Amino acid sequence: MAVVGLCVLVAMVLAVMLGPSLWKVSINDIDFGARLNGPSLAHPLGTDDLGQDLLSRMLYGGRISLAVGLAAMLMAMLVGVTIGAVAGMARGSVDAALMWLTDLFLSLPQLPLLMLLIYLFRDSLKGVFGPELGVFILIVAVIGGFRWMPVARLVRAQFFSLREKEYVEAARALGASTLRQVVRHILPNALGPVIVAGTIDVAAAILAESTLSFLGLGFPPDIPTWGRLLFDSKDYLDIAPHWAMTAGTAVFLAVLAINFIGDGLRDALDPRKVM
Amino acid sequence: MGTYILRRLLIAVPSLLGISVVLFTVLALAPGDPFEELATNPNVPPEVRLALRAKFGLDDPIWQRYFHWLTAMLHGDWGFSFISRVDVDQLILQRLPVTLVIIGASQVLALLVALPVGIYSAARPYSWFDRIASSLAFVGFSLPTFFTGLLFILLFSITLDWLPFVYRADITATGWAWWWEHIRQSIMPVMVLGLFQGASWTRYVRSSVLDVIRLDYVTTARSKGLKERVVILKHVVRNALIPVVTLVALQMPAVFGGAIVTEQIFRIPGIGSLLIDAILRNDTPVVMAVTFVFACLVIVFNLIADLLYGWLDPRISFR
Repeated sequence: MAVVGLCVLVAMVLAVMLGPSLWKVSINDIDFGARLNGPSLAHPLGTDDLGQDLLSRMLYGGRISLAVGLAAMLMAMLVGVTIGAVAGMARGSVDAALMWLTDLFLSLPQLPLLMLLIYLFRDSLKGVFGPELGVFILIVAVIGGFRWMPVARLVRAQFFSLREKEYVEAARALGASTLRQVVRHILPNALGPVIVAGTIDVAAAILAESTLSFLGLGFPPDIPTWGRLLFDSKDYLDIAPHWAMTAGTAVFLAVLAINFIGDGLRDALDPRKVM
Repeated sequence: MGTYILRRLLIAVPSLLGISVVLFTVLALAPGDPFEELATNPNVPPEVRLALRAKFGLDDPIWQRYFHWLTAMLHGDWGFSFISRVDVDQLILQRLPVTLVIIGASQVLALLVALPVGIYSAARPYSWFDRIASSLAFVGFSLPTFFTGLLFILLFSITLDWLPFVYRADITATGWAWWWEHIRQSIMPVMVLGLFQGASWTRYVRSSVLDVIRLDYVTTARSKGLKERVVILKHVVRNALIPVVTLVALQMPAVFGGAIVTEQIFRIPGIGSLLIDAILRNDTPVVMAVTFVFACLVIVFNLIADLLYGWLDPRISFR
């Protein structure tokens, strides 16, 4: 199943990367003659309430949704690995403080805080980086900033067992600095479970971004992410169900594919779980 | 057990304080000034504005403002909504019961799905039942709640016309009809939330039952001649549930996130939709208070999970 998931995900990534150059209909062409049409030859996925082509909007939105997922995952991994590594190497009071912070973050209500942060900081970042990039940075930072905790715990646990292994001791005896021990010897061996957690994080980040857009708090209205398409389509559910279905199916497929990949990776990297 | 409960309660206090610090910092760092309107109003002279700022303590150092805010919150002075012109605590008290009922019912549904399915799958691993249940669970927790909500509306309200898709708080019917209407309009939101939770819990239950079921003490129980039912329910499940409780507690923030989405889809007048309305209308006191209430709810549910943990695993409470 993991292979199927990987194929689906690769197909989606290729589609959103190459799609816009093959399917040259603009995302903003308004055509009131073709409002809320079902799928046809001119518009393979139909049109929305302004007669805009859904296929090109889906492809464009997919770029943003998938990019947010990947970037937020990288952000979460970076923070999580750093905090976990510091806690795992330092031990003692630094470790206790960092783990208290991790537990605190784990018990924060994430979606309300996400919405609060975006509500408070959206306008000022828009001013600095422009509407699209500003919101992108904000969303990636905020989603990533709320997903590093599991990674940090995993890395810390790995460090505790790995730092006592003979090969690390050998490196220490040869006079390797702490940084070198961490980067060259401990970290590469701790990465297995982290990669699994990171894969699942991509799915979670895509979901978080779609949820925010669905609640009307994500990207500005003229940028059609998948969540935004669903948000716009929900008032036309009775007359144009194809609109909601395409956007929702895209989110669902991406998340399902990534979860399958994560599951397969876990089975491959953690032989204990396989019967 | 008593000291254990007390200790857990004492641990919850610093977390609450930590959350309040995070919330306050976010608000203090945020751009924007509550007196912005006065600054652009030509009828208000600058010295009046400065006097007002001094009076409300906006020029104090940040830690002083934090303690001021904290004592006000503790005294029950939660501020005044800019939009609805009502005290924030009243507004929240009005909305909170609906949210709690919906979340509670959906958690019960999730447990009713996850426990039997997870245990049965683990008792017969890799059977047809297990395969189908596992695949469905996988699909279930990959389906975003906002999409299932829309699918349910499309199927049950628009195509089949069985259930209403807008939640109404002002039902005029009395007696049984009132209950019936309320149950009818709650079915879809509860199903959406409950099935999503149930799907991920099924996986947890299955894997932790699988971990326990091969241990030696289970074989001992079987060889004593106990019935399979008794072995599973009395010996396996109680131990298997210990890690599940932890995972469920970790998921509580996600549950409230899902509740916000469902409340928005079905227009349920709970605190989740209150939060979204408040954010879209820049109603800062309400936003702050609702976020804080969500944080408190998460802490309370974590506390309940901790107590359950102590009950399931008596070894913990003596540590």
